[in-house]
Amino acid sequence: MSSMPPARFEPENRGGAATIGKAVKVVGQIFSREDLYVDGEVEGTIEALEHKLTVGPNGSVSAAVKAREVVVLGTIKGNVEATDKIEIRKDAKLTGDIRTARIIIEDGAYFKGSIDIVKPEPAKGAPKAQPAPAAATPAPQPTVAASAPENKR
Amino acid sequence: MLEPLKSLFRGSRGVPQGGGLVPPSNGGKPQRPRVSAETILSTRTSRGLEEFFIQIRDTSGLTILDLGGATQKNVSFITDLGHRLYSEDFLRILTDTFGLDDTVDQSNPGRIEYFLKQTLDYPEGHFDGVLVWDALEYLNPALLNAVVERLHKIVRPKAYMLAFFHADDKLDAVPLYTFRIEQVNSLEVLQQGMRRPAQLFNNRSLEKLFGRFESVKFFLTRERLREVIIKV
Repeated sequence: MSSMPPARFEPENRGGAATIGKAVKVVGQIFSREDLYVDGEVEGTIEALEHKLTVGPNGSVSAAVKAREVVVLGTIKGNVEATDKIEIRKDAKLTGDIRTARIIIEDGAYFKGSIDIVKPEPAKGAPKAQPAPAAATPAPQPTVAASAPENKR
Repeated sequence: MLEPLKSLFRGSRGVPQGGGLVPPSNGGKPQRPRVSAETILSTRTSRGLEEFFIQIRDTSGLTILDLGGATQKNVSFITDLGHRLYSEDFLRILTDTFGLDDTVDQSNPGRIEYFLKQTLDYPEGHFDGVLVWDALEYLNPALLNAVVERLHKIVRPKAYMLAFFHADDKLDAVPLYTFRIEQVNSLEVLQQGMRRPAQLFNNRSLEKLFGRFESVKFFLTRERLREVIIKV
């Protein structure tokens, strides 16, 4: 992270996430290489491309957001890209355009903007899945099956 | 089944919860509350919805506007068809803009312009379909005409809109609904109390309202609701 004033860390456990406490305001760019919990104010941009961003119930984010996963309990004003999923919880407010693979919106959440569902691209070079060989085929060479585990993570 | 829904109040529309008497716009004696907290959930078929989806289901990548606020079912249904969904919490912004007794200031040109900027500020021909639901029932004539005119502008020609209107033309209050798409021809309807409509419509007044549009088609439901398909 950069441009971040000394944060007041909450005593409760955030699952190891870096925390911006509710009395903290950050203006600028935040790059995070770990999960991030924002319960204060952020203006600017937030990038946590491989990680989860949680905007807590007191959190107010006026920023473009990019993360693997975004959970909103507070307020976001800005466009959000979440490569994996975004959750907009009850009483959360999100104003902006969303690009994500999956979205969860709880009743009582407020959302204004557009939603683009972007299916994750398959890994480059991975062989396409083939249908299982017919049972009648005797002892097939499992060429595809042998390579299948490479797809599993 | 209703337990998780008890705290829900017309989805995210933010309509104030009932209680107390509501002063009428004409300065007469107070009327019954326009909203109450009772929740009723039901599922019904919808010819109007079916007709709407016939127009959009075979083409992916369309841009659809939902004026009912974001609900999980509607978001999933529309985006699973490969469309891009825009969500506007129309009635919530209506209440925010014009207050609880929202027939008072709805003819103020400045407020109308502000409201349109908050809800329907999109480029010309931007949408390939609009789920209006029952939102238009709560607009008085000046605001309604401005909204319909704006919809005509931001929806591309030959596209369709789906709107609901109560069929009874003498009602003090109508059920306040949230509509969730179950299937292409089926809706889950969440009724959360009552709300006083700004005006009620018959077929002729609806045809007049949408006179600029290419066609208007009606379906009457068992709940005495007119489902209206409007072709731009």
